[in-house]
Amino acid sequence: MVEVTRSSAVEATDAPREADFPRDSLVAHFGVDRPLKLDAGVELRPFQIAYKTYGTLNADRSNAVLVCHALTGDQHVANVHPVTKKPGWWETMVGSRKPIDTERYFVICPNVIGACMGTTGPSSTNPNTGKPWGLDFPVITIRDMVRAQALLLDHLGIEQLFSVAGGSMGGMQVLQWATSYPERVFSALPIACATRHSAQNIAFHEVGRQAIMADPDWRGGRYHLEGTNPHRGLAVARMGAHITYLSDAALHRKFGRKFQDRDTPTFSFDADFEVESYLRYQGSSFVERFDANSYLYLTRAMDYFDLAADSGGVLANSFKSTPTRFCVISFTSDWLFPTSDSRAIVHALNASSARVSFAEIVTDKGHDAFLLDEPELFAIVRGFLDGAGKARGLTAKS
Amino acid sequence: MKHLTAANLARTPTGARIDLVMVAEMVERGVKVLDVGCGDGELLRLLSETRDVDGRGIELSREGVNECVAKGLAVIQGDADTDLADYPDDAFDYVILSQTLQATRHPRVVLEHMLRIGRHAIVSFPNFGHWTVRLQLLFAGHMPRTDILPYSWYDTPNIHHCTIKDFRQLCTEIGVKLEKAVALNAWGSPLRLNAPWWFWNLFGEQAVFLLSRKG
Repeated sequence: MVEVTRSSAVEATDAPREADFPRDSLVAHFGVDRPLKLDAGVELRPFQIAYKTYGTLNADRSNAVLVCHALTGDQHVANVHPVTKKPGWWETMVGSRKPIDTERYFVICPNVIGACMGTTGPSSTNPNTGKPWGLDFPVITIRDMVRAQALLLDHLGIEQLFSVAGGSMGGMQVLQWATSYPERVFSALPIACATRHSAQNIAFHEVGRQAIMADPDWRGGRYHLEGTNPHRGLAVARMGAHITYLSDAALHRKFGRKFQDRDTPTFSFDADFEVESYLRYQGSSFVERFDANSYLYLTRAMDYFDLAADSGGVLANSFKSTPTRFCVISFTSDWLFPTSDSRAIVHALNASSARVSFAEIVTDKGHDAFLLDEPELFAIVRGFLDGAGKARGLTAKS
Repeated sequence: MKHLTAANLARTPTGARIDLVMVAEMVERGVKVLDVGCGDGELLRLLSETRDVDGRGIELSREGVNECVAKGLAVIQGDADTDLADYPDDAFDYVILSQTLQATRHPRVVLEHMLRIGRHAIVSFPNFGHWTVRLQLLFAGHMPRTDILPYSWYDTPNIHHCTIKDFRQLCTEIGVKLEKAVALNAWGSPLRLNAPWWFWNLFGEQAVFLLSRKG
């Protein structure tokens, strides 16, 4: 196994190269002797995990916090993104003196299996062919992502995580961590998530996938080989999904029925309304950094997620005599993962006598609230980690 | 909405609420406790600091819950009337209902659940048999308002008031063993232990009961 840090000076603009040689990231390589056993019944080997770390691991290796990213996130949680040059996706939460304080904790954020920012996924090079995997890449699950992360922790020599935190698909990974490896998770912060993807959420994902596959440039998933890019389909998928991350109230507050750079309608199909222009921008900026096939694989992984199904349909059995402390958080205006989903997690944890906190935060910002400036969210995460830190014997400064 | 005006409850010289100290003194050290209606977490904090308990809480108000969680307490948003049913039998050593009984819709069902979930239950409540309450109804002819129960009849969250006598009656009816009881007067001092129940019922402003299952 070799550690490689790739200098950010290296030029790489096309997706396959970023997928194989991620900029400004650490990469752990797992050789053919360390296969990743997938739920689909096949083994992935060799494979690699791109990740970032922040802060310092303490002497007894007890202050590691794993941050799990959401569907379109990546390992760049608290640094300038090498592709977009924008701030990290959770800089409000992770950093020096932030709620997940990098002065106290050693934060690890890996890119998930199936993604496109340096961890093995459909746009990575298939070692058997020397060409991008495309649809030959096996279908992966949330459990596969977590299995891969566990191998990364073994590689880093971290036996137990002080905490695992994440929102949305990241929250699903948190729940999977707590059920797959309860003894390795001291505390868990599943935010704005659920123990299973609802029919409505699967339906939205299917619309996104169909948009990608309907783009003639998708070429049956072989666009990397044929030199095309289904950016229109991917942009439409992103536009549709983006609406589900917001709320009616937030859209109204932000855009209302305002016109974009004009006073009257043009009686055409231009982006007359501000909200249209905003969505088009969201779509076009997304395709610059994301791979269409990865979008298919990761949405599929979320669709397949059903924690209770792994425990004979009884959710409480997933958490039976769990030693982990949980802090479940939801947002009032999140209709993608509504509070009722979080409440189901809490009921199951109560039924297992788990130590659980649950807070619902009032906001009109919808599902995306977990990524935004929500002072109450920060206070709760900070308080929960402080309390868990005391119980774990972590001193104020490690 | 708070059930009582906590600011008006008597406090010890160190600032702790006397009724909560009374509750805490009934709890063994190092046990597992569920505080139903835990408010801003004052009792849970007191219990973890003085009795070294593994404490959990349920609170109806979102503000209370978020304040508790930000303090590092294991508290969830929930309703005593509906959510106790989700807890398994014998999950806790003590289940505490502090100044919340009178605000529940089904006090009897809540009490039964408490003793199913926990080996012991501790219940504290304002005594509606206190002489000041009796006099207000008798002579002034209006629904009683006191320092700790300041609400008007039309906006009070306290919908099931009872007296110490009433509560003892309920314990008998559902076959609960009364381990210990304390009544506090308006200044927060405990009434003499050998005083008769009618005396407690007249001069106790608040009562704290420690209960356990029979048999």
